[in-house]
Amino acid sequence: MSAGAWVGIGIAAFVFLMVLVLWGLYNGLVTSRMHVRESWSGIDVQLKRRSSLIPNLVETVKGYAAHEREVFENVTKARAALMNAGDAKSAAEANNQLTGALKTLFAVAENYPQLRASENFMQLQKELSDVESKIAYARQFYNGNVMSYNTRIQIFPNVLVARPFGFTPADFFAATEEEKADVKVSFEKKPA
Amino acid sequence: MTIYSNISANRRNTWLLMFVFVIFVAGIVELIALAVGGSYIIGIAALIVALIFVTINYYTASSLVLSVSRAREVKREDYPDLYNIVENLCIGDGLPMPKIYIIDDKAPNAFTTGRDPQHAQLVITSGLLQKMNKLELEGVIAHELSHIKDYDIRLMTLIVVLVGLVALVADFMLIFTWFGTGSRPSNRGRGEGAVGAIILLAAILAAIFAPIAAQLLQLAISRNREYLADSSGALLTRYPEGLASALEKIAADNEPLEVANKATAHLYIANPLKGHESWANNLFSTHPPIEERIRRLRAM
Repeated sequence: MSAGAWVGIGIAAFVFLMVLVLWGLYNGLVTSRMHVRESWSGIDVQLKRRSSLIPNLVETVKGYAAHEREVFENVTKARAALMNAGDAKSAAEANNQLTGALKTLFAVAENYPQLRASENFMQLQKELSDVESKIAYARQFYNGNVMSYNTRIQIFPNVLVARPFGFTPADFFAATEEEKADVKVSFEKKPA
Repeated sequence: MTIYSNISANRRNTWLLMFVFVIFVAGIVELIALAVGGSYIIGIAALIVALIFVTINYYTASSLVLSVSRAREVKREDYPDLYNIVENLCIGDGLPMPKIYIIDDKAPNAFTTGRDPQHAQLVITSGLLQKMNKLELEGVIAHELSHIKDYDIRLMTLIVVLVGLVALVADFMLIFTWFGTGSRPSNRGRGEGAVGAIILLAAILAAIFAPIAAQLLQLAISRNREYLADSSGALLTRYPEGLASALEKIAADNEPLEVANKATAHLYIANPLKGHESWANNLFSTHPPIEERIRRLRAM
């Protein structure tokens, strides 16, 4: 064979190898992105559960404290925002907003001993706190996957594939400032 | 080392274990067959039987482990709080919910078995439920879930049955050859007698080394696994102190777990066979020293 044919075979082999490598990189990125999407659905399920508890809660509280209209409005608004949230970022914001609104609601509920003693209210409170801890765990899993995906698309040589094929960084599901803050321990005695 | 390389190492080692087991059993049977003047067909038959046995055990070993441990399955209604803890931690690890079993025993301990995360069983003793607070229970369960996630359960469960059986066969061999030498048939040629003696010697050696090899195998695959599960469990709960204080309580507890035995001991979070802290037991122990585990957790 002539030297030209050898060069041709060499180039063909090189191109073939490159295609194989790119193929492998691409599949790795797709898998990683799938992990992010899968774990997002884990959060989504819990967020839906949380918003489905809200109407019942609002009705129950209304039965005892009908005139606290502003509180109910805030909660309902936050819930609507959460249900309409399309991506991780807006869902996190809406969820944090809901957390804030619920906090006010429970603070208000403190003033109604009958409400606090009601079985229905206690049950809802328990379910809500359960959902909240599940959201926290689902967030942990999701953020872990986002972290590894985001790292993956930015390191060499993945970045050569990630850019042209449109692998963009995923959003973290951010916690509220309050949840992130360290727990403060107080050694003072509580007033009896 | 990442979680994914753990998983593939466990899968590979499971295959290796099954392969070695089949060859070992078939080899021993063939040795016996030759020693008593049988045909090589017996060895091939043994190979097939061993293959079938291993395949069946791949699927059923965990049920066997559960039944010898006298574990009973419980539902969400029976233990809602426990169920909730497991559910939450599974969400954090991205695992499907394992089945939950309880052993009625005051000794606090726990283990997991199964073949993959979709077919996994989490077993805890009633003593663990009584003696641990919520954070400690979370620490223990997160540790156990790491074993499920890593596919440790697949290898560890098969070891119970296969290695346990190897030890049993080896014991049997020793008895067999003992009596075998006493009652040798006299209607044999001289040359055959010499070959027979060599084979017999090999059989005796196999019987002596098999349990030792089995023990060393158990040791090699178990010790680092516990440190790894400790650290990835702590990563899940974000609270190493929970597991550390749980281990402390388990270490301080002197009650032995009745249903545990040498074949299943390596499954548990902490060695369930207490009161045998001799030098030899330490050499063959399946668990790293609990003090060292606590120290590492507290240093995180």
